Amino acid sequence: MRQDHLITATQLSRADIEAVLDRAAEIDDDPAAWSERYGRAVLALCFFEPSTRTKMSFDTAIKRLGGTTTDMGTVESSSVKKGESLADTVRVVEGYADAIVLRHPSEGAAKMAAEFVDVPVINAGDGAGQHPSQTLLDLYTIRENVGLDGLSIGIMGDLKYGRTVHSLADALTNFDARQHFISPESLRLPRNVRFDLHQAGAQVREHTALESVLPELDVLYVTRIQRERFPDETEYQKVAGQYQIDLETLSAASDDLTVMHPLPRVDEIAPDVDGTPYAAYFEQSHNGVPVRMALLDYLLSNVEVGQ
Amino acid sequence: MSEHELRVAKIRDGTVIDHVTGGQALNVLSILGIDGSAGLSVSVGMNVPSDRLGRKDVVKVENRELSQSEVDVISLIAPEATINIIREFEVVQKNRVDRPETVVGLLSCPNHNCITNGNEPVKTNFTVVDEGVRCTYCGTIIRDALADHIEPTR
Repeated sequence: MRQDHLITATQLSRADIEAVLDRAAEIDDDPAAWSERYGRAVLALCFFEPSTRTKMSFDTAIKRLGGTTTDMGTVESSSVKKGESLADTVRVVEGYADAIVLRHPSEGAAKMAAEFVDVPVINAGDGAGQHPSQTLLDLYTIRENVGLDGLSIGIMGDLKYGRTVHSLADALTNFDARQHFISPESLRLPRNVRFDLHQAGAQVREHTALESVLPELDVLYVTRIQRERFPDETEYQKVAGQYQIDLETLSAASDDLTVMHPLPRVDEIAPDVDGTPYAAYFEQSHNGVPVRMALLDYLLSNVEVGQ
Repeated sequence: MSEHELRVAKIRDGTVIDHVTGGQALNVLSILGIDGSAGLSVSVGMNVPSDRLGRKDVVKVENRELSQSEVDVISLIAPEATINIIREFEVVQKNRVDRPETVVGLLSCPNHNCITNGNEPVKTNFTVVDEGVRCTYCGTIIRDALADHIEPTR
């Protein structure tokens, strides 16, 4: 089914995902062929929270399609500072752009925004909710490295607040994937994501330690455990250390293991992993551009651009 | 008139919500937004004997006929409730409550970080799922004690 917006990964069928990933592969093969495709398109970047990769890769993606961006700037420099509602902000921005990329600290923000505008809204992260465009580039990276079916993936770190984790877990239910979730007890997957996985009949296991499951993984997706989730520094240090990996940790893994991370990392993956065949996290980050070009094509191909 | 007769006195026109789960009558009134301020005569029986339920609550609202869509949401806290529309002391319509598909503008989302708790022009919206109700915006599931989440502004 064609989608007007990209709000959550749960809305994506296998066919939707494959359409975007196939298009991303075409773009990757011959980016120049796409350079004039959306010459009149303007993409609005509305980031109510800081971002480096997501914002810059959307910016690059639309420019490589021939379009341009209009950027709300920081919250401090915008009308949001004056108390403007998100609903009003997006209704105004809709008049300036053909699509809106929105990052906001509240869960459900992108869904609400989409109810107020007619242009496509792309959820670039809503609080601890979802981050579906990241998921598309994650899936693209997995597909390029090991394939999406018959997959055994370990997803480790902050599973409770990690929006990239929630979207990835939801999207993987479309494939023959065994999902292992590795986290401290206090940062387990939230109930609503477990509910979705259960509803989808996903193959899911939860663990508190990596060791037991590492040897059987094709992909290890590492996420950052944030200090502020813990009441004190000692507790954080104790827990976080158990979910960091280095080359020594990976000696128990399959030689073909692919290690991914949505970045930024702090110390979850030691630099000694960077130069090894395990490391796919920079490739993953670079895939943000062709995949977001493909996503923009997917959403803009059925709207009148430049109106 | 004895106390017993007073408790079960018939109303002339209005709605009788019968077979309400014991102890839920005041929550039923909250759901319906009936707080006495509109001047309607309302009688509430709580924990009265019932053949079917053991103990039940009964709510009688005079001079107001509640629509099916208004009362269906009651099913979330009182699934056995029956709705009797009364005209001239006679029951002219008797309906069960059906589980609604959605509950709009009634419950507040317990996730403080949900966009519906921000200063936005949007009503809360929950879909009814097997486990309870689920916020369509942030996905939070409310499993128990739904009545605790009725919006205070109602």
